[in-house]
Amino acid sequence: MTALTLASPRRRATDRLMRSLLAAGTLVALLPLGAIVGYLLSKGLGAWSWDFFTTDPTGNFLGDPGGIRSAIVGTVEMVALAAALSVPLGWGVALYLVEYGRQGRFAATVRYFVDVMTGVPSIVFGLFVYVTLVVSGLGGASFAGWKGSVALALLMLPVVTRSAEVVLRLVPDALREAALALGTPRWRVALKVVLPTALPGLVTGSLLAVARAAGETAPLLFTATIVNATSFSLADRTNSLPVQIYTDIGSPNDLLVQRAWGAALALVALILLTTLVARLFSRRSHLS
Amino acid sequence: MSTAAVTTSDRPLVGRSGAGRRGDGIFRWTLTTLAALVLALIALFFAFLLGKSQPALAHQGVLSFVFTNDWHPAREIFGAWPLVAGTLITSAIALVIGVPVAVAAALYVTELCPRRVRQPLVVLIELLAAVPSVVYGLWGVFVLIPMLKPAEQWFSDTFAFLPFVGGHVAGPNSFIAGLILAIMILPIVSAISREVLATVPADLKEAALALGATRWEMLRTAVLPYARSGITGAAMLGLGRAIGETIAVTLVIGNSPTLGKAIFEQGYTLAAVIANEFGEASNDPRHAGALFAAGLVLFVLTLAVNAAARALVQRSERMAA
Repeated sequence: MTALTLASPRRRATDRLMRSLLAAGTLVALLPLGAIVGYLLSKGLGAWSWDFFTTDPTGNFLGDPGGIRSAIVGTVEMVALAAALSVPLGWGVALYLVEYGRQGRFAATVRYFVDVMTGVPSIVFGLFVYVTLVVSGLGGASFAGWKGSVALALLMLPVVTRSAEVVLRLVPDALREAALALGTPRWRVALKVVLPTALPGLVTGSLLAVARAAGETAPLLFTATIVNATSFSLADRTNSLPVQIYTDIGSPNDLLVQRAWGAALALVALILLTTLVARLFSRRSHLS
Repeated sequence: MSTAAVTTSDRPLVGRSGAGRRGDGIFRWTLTTLAALVLALIALFFAFLLGKSQPALAHQGVLSFVFTNDWHPAREIFGAWPLVAGTLITSAIALVIGVPVAVAAALYVTELCPRRVRQPLVVLIELLAAVPSVVYGLWGVFVLIPMLKPAEQWFSDTFAFLPFVGGHVAGPNSFIAGLILAIMILPIVSAISREVLATVPADLKEAALALGATRWEMLRTAVLPYARSGITGAAMLGLGRAIGETIAVTLVIGNSPTLGKAIFEQGYTLAAVIANEFGEASNDPRHAGALFAAGLVLFVLTLAVNAAARALVQRSERMAA
């Protein structure tokens, strides 16, 4: 009976070998994560202390290098402004694509270029903001935190737009039709029915974009740069966790390298927290 | 309103008020403007990069910029071939190491693993995407480079007869950069492969199993051929990421603008040169122009790779639909 579909020993051996190879591949994929998290915890936690989070970088090469307060504040400020710029624009464009642009050449073009923008290297956004905003010295100072925010916003825009479009598309047409049948104008349907229904999903997508922007170094290098003084104004040079880590890695000083590990752990914790909150929002979604 | 409109009070039951219709017009117009703004932004983007790279491109010539093997900013020679080649070499290493691992993980997670561990595995692999570039760089500089150097030296000595292998191993080198890039593209390649694999119709798999195929034969004969173009697309999206990745590469590649003979020598990439030399170049229009030109080449390169990748992924999705 069983002989009917029994594979030959050689075929079974190949099957076992390939299946274990695929399992091994999965393990290999998990290896770097374990290694990175392990080193981050072992080296980063050692750098953490009360002072580490409550003092600013001093810029002294010898002696106390200071902590990462201004870097944390700067990152939060810049990413918040970037979100304030990119989220309304991204949601608006996504709303256009879903409500008015299901077909048509213009909408297809917009969709295509938003897709294309997703792949643009982040350093190129930094270059763009440098030549448009920094060189011209717009708003007084040449380098400024808000210019870093603009670079981050450009980076976030395609991610926000694409994820918002996916979620808005999930809102059932029956809901729109019901509202329209009651005589509600299109704009009220979009703002009072479609947006609220999709809101949890929209927030998830935007928070994931925020998490990505928070870890970006390249767009900030020559827009917001770095500063050692205590400064929380986005109108001046602004510190950020990624750029501070980047500069600390390059310095031949154990204290600064230790600060880089501590700051890296703080950055990863910040990003994971944002991702976690994003996932919690997606749980509240009624769509899917 | 036409006379046929049914009215209960003074307000017509059918048809909307003038204000509502005006609101519709304004709303649609606003959204369309936002969408047009995005297109204008991209056009502006391209125009600015092109304009600012003019000083260097006019000085050097476009083809000569891309294909001359001599990057010497101090003498105003901008032959970016070592950077272009470095970008392609590190990305190739990333693909060769990263894609098989990513696809293996995707296959294992979608087809083989017990249902209970599927979600945790997916989350863990996605977590790699949450690690910022600069943290990969930090880890690369202080952990990976010292840890792998003896192994690399051994490999280089033992397999010196292979092309691009042999000689003295530098601490930071192209291979390390490629390895870190492989880790960085792993989550996206794996995620998209997983999506593509999920579209393989169950009847195909069941038909293969019913004909007596083992699980691996089922994967090889039914799943992989069906998903091939989608997986290729996923790999290309990974390639796009690898080409544009800046900070991690800058930290571990050694930043030397010479084309080495082996993958264990120091190198440079287009993105790294921008991050590394921009500070000193900002006062020299020609050097800055050369870096903008490097950005332009990078932009065009990623654009082409991503467009091809999208086309492949979309084709495989349309096939599934």
